[in-house]
Amino acid sequence: MIETAAIFAFLCFALSLVMNLWKVVAADDVADRILALDTMFINAIALMVLYGLALGTEIFFEAAMIIAMLGFVSTVAYARFILRGNIIE
Amino acid sequence: MDMFFDIIIAGFLVIGGIFGIVGSFGLLKLNDRMSRLHAPTKATTLGVGGVLLASMTHAAVYEHHLSVHELMITLFLFLTAPITANFIAKVHIHRHDTPESLPDAGQDKVWATHKKPENEVIGPEV
Repeated sequence: MIETAAIFAFLCFALSLVMNLWKVVAADDVADRILALDTMFINAIALMVLYGLALGTEIFFEAAMIIAMLGFVSTVAYARFILRGNIIE
Repeated sequence: MDMFFDIIIAGFLVIGGIFGIVGSFGLLKLNDRMSRLHAPTKATTLGVGGVLLASMTHAAVYEHHLSVHELMITLFLFLTAPITANFIAKVHIHRHDTPESLPDAGQDKVWATHKKPENEVIGPEV
């Protein structure tokens, strides 16, 4: 039962990543593009944790944590660059 | 008893997957710029939360130890998701709204993203 549910969740998040990628390509505004990239980071964290659950290892939690931190920092940096023209004043 | 935990873990996984796909579909489907901001920042974060809960229960039941890595990721994600949403909303306001088209800012004169520093020289006046 867990296998079936895990495969379902894998498919859901993979399809989400494809939709986010479509939105990154087809966005009509730069803020939409940042939003789609941020969603891609979050979906990548979910895929990482699912992969760790499927294999039964804990190595992937560190990778997921690093992706989470880099995603937050890069989103804030993009947004600040558009708002203010530079990142660190 | 194992059957009971199987159902719980599978339920968390299915709920997480559905929330994730709803969030990304909302990003594609919603029309308005500001309402498009809601789907990924709330629904997708909840989807990741469901997957993390499933992973935690799985570690406690099948690998017989308490795993707190997931709590760190959950805490970090649920702290930073509102901040990124706020930043992206500010980008929207800054690029597409003038101070006149926004609702009344109340006690302050203008919204914070349109506020210029008082002692800053704007433009080539030097």
